[in-house]
Amino acid sequence: MKSEQQYIELYQEAASIIKAKSCPVMNAVRNEAFSTFQCLGFPSKKVERYKYTDVDAAFAPNYGISLSPLTVKPSSYIFNIKDAPIDVTPYYHRVADVTDAITALNTALVHETLLVYVPKNTVVEDPVVVDNYLRGTAATMMNRRVLIVMEQGAKATIVMNDKATDKQQYLTTQVVEVYCHDNATLDLYEIEETTPLCARFSNVYIREGRDCSVKHNVFTLFNGLTRNLCDVYLQGEHGEVTLNGCAIGSGSRHIDNNTLIHHQVPQCVSRECYKYVVDDKSVGAFAGKILVDKDAQKTSSHETNANLCASSDARMYTQPMLEIYADDVKCAHGSTVGVMDEAALFYMRQRGIPEDEARALLKNAFMGEVVDQVKNEALRQKLYVKVEKRFRGDFEKCEDCQLCKK
Amino acid sequence: MLQIKNLHAKVGDKEILKGINLTINDGEIHAVMGTNGAGKSTLSNVIVGNPNYEVTEGSILFNGQDLLQMSPEERAQAGVFLSFQAPVEIPGVSMTNFMRAAVNARRQALGKEPLKSTDFLKLMREKRKLVEIDQKLMNRSVNEGFSGGERKRNEIFQMAMLDPTFCILDETDSGLDVDALRIVADGFNKLRTAETSAIVITHYQRLLDYIRPDFVHVLIDGRIVKEGTADLARQIEETGFDWIKEELV
Ligand SMILES: Nc1ncnc2c1ncn2[C@@H]1O[C@H](COP(=O)(O)OP(=O)(O)OP(=O)(O)O)[C@@H](O)[C@H]1O
Ligand SMILES: [Mg+2]
Repeated sequence: MKSEQQYIELYQEAASIIKAKSCPVMNAVRNEAFSTFQCLGFPSKKVERYKYTDVDAAFAPNYGISLSPLTVKPSSYIFNIKDAPIDVTPYYHRVADVTDAITALNTALVHETLLVYVPKNTVVEDPVVVDNYLRGTAATMMNRRVLIVMEQGAKATIVMNDKATDKQQYLTTQVVEVYCHDNATLDLYEIEETTPLCARFSNVYIREGRDCSVKHNVFTLFNGLTRNLCDVYLQGEHGEVTLNGCAIGSGSRHIDNNTLIHHQVPQCVSRECYKYVVDDKSVGAFAGKILVDKDAQKTSSHETNANLCASSDARMYTQPMLEIYADDVKCAHGSTVGVMDEAALFYMRQRGIPEDEARALLKNAFMGEVVDQVKNEALRQKLYVKVEKRFRGDFEKCEDCQLCKK
Repeated sequence: MLQIKNLHAKVGDKEILKGINLTINDGEIHAVMGTNGAGKSTLSNVIVGNPNYEVTEGSILFNGQDLLQMSPEERAQAGVFLSFQAPVEIPGVSMTNFMRAAVNARRQALGKEPLKSTDFLKLMREKRKLVEIDQKLMNRSVNEGFSGGERKRNEIFQMAMLDPTFCILDETDSGLDVDALRIVADGFNKLRTAETSAIVITHYQRLLDYIRPDFVHVLIDGRIVKEGTADLARQIEETGFDWIKEELV
């Protein structure tokens, strides 16, 4: 039996319970999403956008599905979609790629949606923080859905933290839909600090109108198996998008980032920089496609993927892609895979710096550029510390040490 | 301080050091001169434990300890310092962070507490003055974009910060202008204590006018072929190595 069968059965058994806990706008697309999933099944490695991650294997364990209610901290901008102050029908499941199997499965199984809504011309000064803590005593599947609606001229920073500490298997599917009306500015962060037992499938879809400026920052600091997809549709002139990625792999962790920036109209600017440090036996994969439509003249796009393989057993796959149908564009892309600078390492050791620390300093130096890009000052300082700490120790390796044993 | 016995070392398949014997007592300065490619930098690298060099025979004792059994960082923490002939750049690692990690590693080895931030900055300031190195360089990444001379000065600055007991200066004079050479050499002399020993590798007498050697060794083709006092260096400066080579055949 392939893994999808148990999810098909799960849906057939649980659909009525899920629907009862959910709301009309979500239920309206549920059956169709399920049919799509049933028809597609989990993508095999032959499916172009899934060639670096074994989806079937990740979904194979028998997880119990979590239907626990969202806890929404009272805030002026965060809502349970049931209590949405606006009609969300034009947004929900409208930005997402409905033909993606993971998105379809999420849409079928998810019972609640977190809405971040920033009204017209509202500038939110403090970051809007969404914390996801994975907890529970049994292997659990979480289906998470976030809808971000930025009205005209709205401005906000949103931080989504994904954390797990318990030694438990968790599987997360997540679909984030971002709808930016004209002239909106969004600085969006996703920071993952989970454990080697966690699997995460996250699909982020961003639609930008005229004169929008969006920055998406994804930090995979600690994880198990992570597959992040980020699709951006530039649909209004003078739109801007920046994708900023930091992936740190050690042990046998797996980090797969897959992005698409689709320039659909003229005069938009996109920048993308993903950096990876893969150590031990970890695997990193990056595939980033820039798609420029025939009419999207004067597009400017710059994509880089730079990687540091810190051990000979680590693997890095990199695939930057440009697909351009317009003739008056400025596009550049490139990727590099390097190894530790042995001469620099030795120089530091000659000064008495222990090898582990010298390695950490070099890795941190390599990743510094990505953290530098973080616009929010407080968050940037926090991330400098987190990234540096990350390179000083992998708590996975810590499991046997007496200090950490309870 | 340092006893090198019958040291053989190779890089890849190439044997470069072919039986070096050298004893350095506390407080002594030994100059090592020799033709290009003779193996002087190789000797330095072997002493500090560069993994690119393989010792095939012989031993090195440092204050009675078997140096060859120690990791590069342990040797450094024990007080061995190499001023590199060609110091490398480390983009993204600031001089300050680098120096702090190094100073505290050495302190830890000596059983001392890590320096408090203010004390560390004070030490930086004090030692910077000694070698007259520009504060601006300290805000940059290690050696990144440093001129040849600035790198050499930076090596001696690091030496000042780490307070080693045994130093190797591998052509620290090359790349330094006349004034810088004097400043750096004076700095070195001020840092020296009665116990500090050093190997000074150079092609020129000029450095040895400032840092006066107790002994001079001539290294040719992986062997020490002639030894003498400071006069030998002067003789080489005047007449080159040919006469020494001729003596060999
Ligand atoms: N990493 C290496 N790989 C290959 N050959 C090397 C390496 N390092 C040194 N050698 C060779 O070993 C020999 C000795 O080099 P070394 O740098 O020790 O000479 P040196 O005496 O310091 O010369 P110079 O006065 O020019 O600095 C040279 O022939 C050099 O090419
Ligand atoms: Mg040399």
